[in-house]
Amino acid sequence: MSPIHDQGYRRYGGQRARHGRAWAVIASAGVRTLFKKRAFLGLMFLAWGPFFVRAVQLYAAANLPQAAFLAPTPQLFRDFLAQQDAFVFFVTVYAGAGLIANDRRANALQIYLSKPLSRLEYVIGKLAILVGLLLLVTWVPGILLLIVQILFAGNFTFFLDNLYLFPAITLFSLVRVLTAASIMLALSSLSKSSRYVGVIYAGLIFFTQALSGVLRAVTSSSSMAWVSVESNLNQIGDVIFRLSPRADLPWIVSLLIVAGLMALSAFVLERRVRGVEVVA
Amino acid sequence: MPDRDPVITLDAVTVRYGAQAALQDVSASFAAGAVGLLGPNGAGKSTMLKALLGFIVPTSGKMRVLGLDVAAAPLEIRSRVGYMPESDAHIPGMNAVSFVAYCGQLAGLPPADAMQRAHEVLFYVGLGEARYRNVETYSTGMKQRIKLAQALVHDPDLLFLDEPTNGMDPKGRDEMLELVRDLALNKGINLIVSSHLLPDVEFTCEQVIVMDRGRVVASGPIAGMKQPRGRVYELRVKLPDGPETLDRFVGSLHREGLECHMTDEDVMRVFVPGDGGARALFALAASSAVQVRHLRPSVPTLEDVFAKAVGSE
Repeated sequence: MSPIHDQGYRRYGGQRARHGRAWAVIASAGVRTLFKKRAFLGLMFLAWGPFFVRAVQLYAAANLPQAAFLAPTPQLFRDFLAQQDAFVFFVTVYAGAGLIANDRRANALQIYLSKPLSRLEYVIGKLAILVGLLLLVTWVPGILLLIVQILFAGNFTFFLDNLYLFPAITLFSLVRVLTAASIMLALSSLSKSSRYVGVIYAGLIFFTQALSGVLRAVTSSSSMAWVSVESNLNQIGDVIFRLSPRADLPWIVSLLIVAGLMALSAFVLERRVRGVEVVA
Repeated sequence: MPDRDPVITLDAVTVRYGAQAALQDVSASFAAGAVGLLGPNGAGKSTMLKALLGFIVPTSGKMRVLGLDVAAAPLEIRSRVGYMPESDAHIPGMNAVSFVAYCGQLAGLPPADAMQRAHEVLFYVGLGEARYRNVETYSTGMKQRIKLAQALVHDPDLLFLDEPTNGMDPKGRDEMLELVRDLALNKGINLIVSSHLLPDVEFTCEQVIVMDRGRVVASGPIAGMKQPRGRVYELRVKLPDGPETLDRFVGSLHREGLECHMTDEDVMRVFVPGDGGARALFALAASSAVQVRHLRPSVPTLEDVFAKAVGSE
């Protein structure tokens, strides 16, 4: 007599996705896992605080004559993204430090890479988690702020006068987010401890910033600002938003340094993300 | 039933870690069904599996898995292969069913199918009741089972099991071996069982490839390899003139072309080729001043094959 339901092993005859889509599985699982954490939800809620403050500012400027001094300028959008830097930092540390470090601790890399996905797909999947979350605190509120300005003003005058703002917000957000995400992912691949990775990342950001400040004080010039990751990003941001660069440093130098950091991160990831760790 | 063509072929494969050669000019063919990859620690078994999965690129040589070139089609191979690693491995922060379903999705299964397969596979490996527990809280035996589950979820044609009974208690070990045997005999899945435990391989596999120091030293059907091409005797001796007489006795056995090795129970197993009888053994013992206290004809075991192949005494 056969059982009502055989709980034994059965062969699978269903569909299988083509190769190249596993990165999306990694990314969506990573984002879902983070959004289940209350602390992370709280952080994201806080990160949207400045957006609401700016939205009130835009409403007042559009509707209250006595608040005309709050009228939007391109600088407002640049300043808004600069304000978001703190949240970019916290989200990067909270969400990014364990992305590869935790997998290394649990020997998960050999599980991932024994499936039909390449090392590049794995890295893209992990990168997509962090990039997606960071865009949620930079690009998304930035663009929404632009839309809110149009809605409150009831016309397209400001938007059309500053058509470059949409690509500027997009481009700067991408540069900012990709730099933070690639550095954090590279650091995460170097350790099995997410706490250690977080500390190293914070050290890298704050130490280079402090060093830049010291050099500025010693040389009485901002030409050495290139030693700081944040200063380089600020320099690039100012150029993208058509503002005067804040440091006495050619923007192309900052761009090369940021590109170099991304290349270095890619190199580290290429060396560290492997199914087997060889200690020769 | 699986077809009878080789599922894996290696042609002059060499893998080096710096100056150290983990695989040296290995040529081998794995038949369909269950094949044991046997050898002492450091023999190159795990390295071979990792090279077949594409984790390690060989210095030279060619490898084919399920008819596909490992260098040219690693993703196609991995979609048809399941891998149970030797060390503890899991995706952190997930319960068992999420973990196994996630592995199914990574292997290309749609989310609903992956979840259904995860439940089925977890019941199959005996983790049905614990499937909502976080994997990090699992015991060693449960971790072995979940590694098998994640390797099975996408229904592979070929399974690589690296030391599948590592760290398991005797009951768990028996259950794991039963599962492995069931997969090979009743589910039509080809298996490569890498182990240094001879009984595990003997219980689960029909064929064996014996490795030692990065080389294949013997291969073939286990039954055929155990066919006596001579006689095996179990021998217990007394050494009235001190332990050095044992070395003399073993030396005289080797000079006469007789293989011998010690077992765990302090019993010597001596392989006498051809129709050689016990008389020769008594004569050699007498000439070495060794007293034979126990001599019993025995049946060749896989351990004899293994010991002969790796040249241990």
